[in-house]
Amino acid sequence: MKLLRMTPGKGDVLLAEGDPAVAEDEERLVREFRRQLDLGMWAAVPHEGSGGRREATMVRDFSEIPAAAERVIFFPRAAGG
Amino acid sequence: MSRRYVRDPARERHAEERARQLLRSTAGPEALEIYERFGFLCHEDSAHEYGYLIYPQRPIVGYDARNGELLSEYCVRFRDESDPEAGERLPDADDVLAKWLALRMDERRTLAAANIHPLGRQLDPAMVRRDLAALRAWRAQHREVDGRVLRSEAEELVRGRAPARPV
Repeated sequence: MKLLRMTPGKGDVLLAEGDPAVAEDEERLVREFRRQLDLGMWAAVPHEGSGGRREATMVRDFSEIPAAAERVIFFPRAAGG
Repeated sequence: MSRRYVRDPARERHAEERARQLLRSTAGPEALEIYERFGFLCHEDSAHEYGYLIYPQRPIVGYDARNGELLSEYCVRFRDESDPEAGERLPDADDVLAKWLALRMDERRTLAAANIHPLGRQLDPAMVRRDLAALRAWRAQHREVDGRVLRSEAEELVRGRAPARPV
């Protein structure tokens, strides 16, 4: 699983990568996941819905990430413009 | 000495290239093709009753998908102030992807965060109408099957091949 974050001036950056089934990796992934939420980011898990339609699900806790998820994308939360 | 944003075209070009790859891998090849061809993204509800045109660094425009009537401008932004030297704005392709993700994940929350204005506040309604018409004409010639962009049957026939059909 990869944790990515959209950033100004760089595009996406890799925050952490690991196998959640490995305790050491999971600990690092959970730590980074929580850090990003504490910074005010939204976390999106992209996936394919019915008929191959591209979808995304917001996750608010590491335990909500589907086991098959390959990526979590963090980006700033929406604000009025 | 304070760190402040200084425009760097080479850095921004590289960031935009990365953002387009993320857009492709997340929203799909058709979304990237639409973005590169028209400069915006489109999101419609699954019943095709309404939709949104998603412009980079500009408002989202709602429309009635049944008759093409334009509705409102939803001004929403995704600013990141973590690196003053890089500025606050995501690359354009990341900005449209962030809007696309937000609408997909939690449409109500995203629109609740937006400032809503009548059409014409920031975007020229005539331009938006032209954009929507151009997108619809293009889509009439293409269709997406299983995430792959396939040419229209007519185009395939013109090329002398059997039209591709979903299995």
